Amino acid sequence: MHLDDQILQFFFSGLTLGSIYALIALALVTTYNITGILNMAQGEFVALGALTACSLSAAGLPLAAAFILSILITTAAGGILERAAINPVRNASNITLIIITIGISITLRGLALLIWGTDPYSLPSFTRGGPLQVLGAAVNSQSIWIFGLLAVTVSGLFAFMERTYWGKAVRACVINRMAARLMGINPHILSFAAFAASGALGAAAGIFITPITLATYDMGFTLGLKGFVAAIIGGINNVGGAIIGGLLLGVLEIFGAGLISSGLKDAVALIVLIAVLLIRPEGIIGAVSGRKV
Amino acid sequence: MKYLLVAAASLVFAALPFVLKNNYLLSILIVIGIYTLVVEGLGVLMGYAGQVSFGQAAFFGIGGYTVAILTTRFHCETVPALLAAMVLPALTAAVIGKPTLKLREHYLALATLAFGLLVHVFFNEGRELTGGPSGLTGIPYLNAGGFIFNRDYEFYYLVWSLVLLVFLGVRNLDRSRIGRSLRAIRDSEVAAEANGINCSSLKLQAFVFSALLAGLGGGIYAYYVTFISPAPFGFNMSIQFVLMAVIGGLGTVWGPVLGTGLVVVLGEVLRWFIPLILPRAGGEYQIIFFGIILVLAMIFKPEGLGAGWRRKVRANETETAEAVSLNASVNTCSSGR
Repeated sequence: MHLDDQILQFFFSGLTLGSIYALIALALVTTYNITGILNMAQGEFVALGALTACSLSAAGLPLAAAFILSILITTAAGGILERAAINPVRNASNITLIIITIGISITLRGLALLIWGTDPYSLPSFTRGGPLQVLGAAVNSQSIWIFGLLAVTVSGLFAFMERTYWGKAVRACVINRMAARLMGINPHILSFAAFAASGALGAAAGIFITPITLATYDMGFTLGLKGFVAAIIGGINNVGGAIIGGLLLGVLEIFGAGLISSGLKDAVALIVLIAVLLIRPEGIIGAVSGRKV
Repeated sequence: MKYLLVAAASLVFAALPFVLKNNYLLSILIVIGIYTLVVEGLGVLMGYAGQVSFGQAAFFGIGGYTVAILTTRFHCETVPALLAAMVLPALTAAVIGKPTLKLREHYLALATLAFGLLVHVFFNEGRELTGGPSGLTGIPYLNAGGFIFNRDYEFYYLVWSLVLLVFLGVRNLDRSRIGRSLRAIRDSEVAAEANGINCSSLKLQAFVFSALLAGLGGGIYAYYVTFISPAPFGFNMSIQFVLMAVIGGLGTVWGPVLGTGLVVVLGEVLRWFIPLILPRAGGEYQIIFFGIILVLAMIFKPEGLGAGWRRKVRANETETAEAVSLNASVNTCSSGR
């Protein structure tokens, strides 16, 4: 294979991975914008959704039913956790809430270890058929599904925000929580919805990536972290930035792993995160975020 | 009264090695002492400056590895190596903290999380320097001007004397202008800034101080076990440090020692207990319990177990404190989104 073809190949692999990061970052940013909480347990929703789908599918359910059921279960888990652990302390400081989500994250990861063990689980590709040839590069059919998921999610989110009453309520809450509350918008319901939606989005991302990377109990830790890096690259409260940040990170990682060293793949995200925080903590995309003191 | 209590506690600690003929218990007390050094620093950062670090185990590890590398590879004297083990983490913290602490959001939490993971990767992968996953052996005993610390009870006195020093330091800090300023920052940055406090500089100082103490703890740890590997410096350890600080009570001098003691003892108990109820489970399951305890503690007792005692002692200050925090919360509301 020529280097040109290889670069194109890397590019598509990077976009596939990056789409998953973008979805996770989308959930993080939406939760952050609505509640002001950095949800460190986001990655665990991804693992929970993927592993549940694997188990349901292995139990004999048709793929589509396993997906829907596992997304519903993870959505419920997100909502329940919000009611159980976030809502009771909604007036606590940010630091308390971050620590709580970290606590939830390690508890969920431990429970996943208890239930599923350390073995990797797999799901079949959604559609059969060989890879698509695009400009000389082979694009996995599962990648097309992942691009589709990202496109559907983003346009769905956009339509929701722009066209519905609740979307307007969310936007109001993002702009000024106190004023939104004075206008009769209940922030507790929005917070509940944000966590439930994060569960759904995380689960969908986890299920879609599993045919490519397999699912393990600790996949959420790395994926959640990558989501954070993507969100930070874009500026933590910028939805568009999160998507671009995710795609960028995916491409950077694959190029770093492919051209330099495969051991470097996970270090790329950490280095990018630290570099962005040190040099441009308000995010490289969008100038007006990250309030200074 | 309070001095009597401190004196009595010191006496009890001084007498313990004579009473305990059991090396296992003595080693647990030493470990509690070493962790307390780290947690006192984290306590200042969390309880006074209102910031959190999820990478404290990395500073702890940098301290340990500095000692290990300087003494085994460069044959450096042990006391200068210990000093280097404090300076290097402090410098690293300054580099990370300077840009991130200028921002109001909790970027430090994320930066330290990533930093901790990256440092752990480096401990594992930087084989030429760190010895990779199998670590470094043959660290000499600490030699302070000819006195060699090579027995458990000697280490016990060394560690707890350092803890006492840090105690006194933090207690003085608590009552100084810096301590009051830091508490003001925790309650409301806007109000503190309006009163002429340089928030980012003070937060940075608190962070650097916490890294310095973590480095000291790590250096002492290296001299105590004379062997070092990446395993005890991972993300789980960082979480345990946060748990220790939170359980004991943030913003108190006694909280860290209480929290560290509880978490270490709980960890030991779980290590014996978990295999009894879950025969196929290994030691890694104890982190589930730590996670649950962390969540429950933050929901039901975010002020920590040490706070109740403190409240009695400071009953006369409560009214003013409440007025101040009310004022502060008003400020936060009006400045928030």
